[in-house]
Amino acid sequence: MPRVRVKRQRVVLPSKYVLLILSVVCVLLMIVTYTTDFISAPLSYVSGYTIVPFQNGIMEVGSYLSTRADDLKQLREVMEHNEQLQNEVDQLKIENSNLIADKYELNELRELYQLDQKYSGYEKVGARVIGKDPGNWFSVFLIDKGEEDGICTDMNVMAGSGLVGIVTEVGPNWATVRSIIDDSSNVSAQVLSNSKHLVVTGDLLLMEKGQIRFSQLVDDDSEVVEGDQLVTSDISDKYLPGINIGYISSVEKDANNLTKSGTVTPVVDFARMDVVLVIKELKNKE
Amino acid sequence: MKRKITLFFLIIICFILQTTCFQYVSLGGVVPNVLLIVTSCFGFMRGKKEGMYVGLFSGLLIDVFYGGGMLGLYALLYLVMGYLNGFFHRVFYPEDIKLPIVFVAVSDGVYCIISYVLLFLLRTKMEFFSYLKMIILPEIVYTVLLTLIIYRLILGINNLLEKDEKEKEAKFA
Repeated sequence: MPRVRVKRQRVVLPSKYVLLILSVVCVLLMIVTYTTDFISAPLSYVSGYTIVPFQNGIMEVGSYLSTRADDLKQLREVMEHNEQLQNEVDQLKIENSNLIADKYELNELRELYQLDQKYSGYEKVGARVIGKDPGNWFSVFLIDKGEEDGICTDMNVMAGSGLVGIVTEVGPNWATVRSIIDDSSNVSAQVLSNSKHLVVTGDLLLMEKGQIRFSQLVDDDSEVVEGDQLVTSDISDKYLPGINIGYISSVEKDANNLTKSGTVTPVVDFARMDVVLVIKELKNKE
Repeated sequence: MKRKITLFFLIIICFILQTTCFQYVSLGGVVPNVLLIVTSCFGFMRGKKEGMYVGLFSGLLIDVFYGGGMLGLYALLYLVMGYLNGFFHRVFYPEDIKLPIVFVAVSDGVYCIISYVLLFLLRTKMEFFSYLKMIILPEIVYTVLLTLIIYRLILGINNLLEKDEKEKEAKFA
């Protein structure tokens, strides 16, 4: 069997050289893709049509199952609390009328700030969340709309009435969104009641508590208090103005005695987010 | 060839599961790192080279979707993890489940610490022990628990492939 022997004796590259070569390839790839995008564009195209459909399907099944599981859990809880709740109904009826009064006031206030108008003025497209960052360090997720649906990078993403994040990468039928609770996210914001500017930064250590950090607030007269609403600011170069971010939950004076920082409770529930709205308008139109 | 195709689909399935299903079973916002389990397992089951190739492909998949426009960072990380696990190929016995668990746990720890240094420490986020407590340790524990379940599966797939390859070789010779 001379033929076989010849095949066995072919030169085999030692694995340390393979490691070296592949590492160099990776580093080169990093440099090339960081500066240009002629490699990542076709790759994202191919992967978009092979992997995204699967993720779509599985996410649907997964969300169905998790809703079912939640339903069962809730059913048990609801039965336990049923009696208790019955007694509270009367009380709630009274409170309800109070709330309706509050609602009118809220609508009035919204009109005052023209928030409602601003939101409805933007053209939006709904998208489903089909995948989340595989690691535990960042909070990036994948949506099922892409270039073909007119989405491009830096578009703002909302869920319900609050800001979720910004589109960072676009494929033909998918896009990645970096949420505002992500550790590398920075949003220029302002306090709704007195237009003071501050920066809202995601923080991994606060993520579990459902909070985000804010900083660089100049507030000598202590006008900003807990419960104040934060919206995206006019001076942001990527975020459209007036989108609701959340409510201040704590304020502290910084060590420099000039600025204040603290935490914000976002209005969006990032743990349960199935559908988001992408605003198809860019702040910076070139 | 059969091995390549099987591995290709195994990795893709793991990637899809990790980005979809496992997000629903996250404990305190932490999900297990399945791709690292696969990379690490093939590293010590089959040696440095196969570990490297499996790692490279897994990392590239993450890069394409979640790399934020830069390819290669996760590819390099997983590549190195696959290579390092390959060193333990010599002390690997398929029947023993204790060693694989130790390898996977250590790999996950090293992977997390490298990620922390590259992605957080360099942005002056110094509170290492907070990150250790909140992200790294839960991830290691969860990953190890998952390893207990899927190690047999990966081993089974590998054994089937090796049996197949041996039969082919016998036929060829």
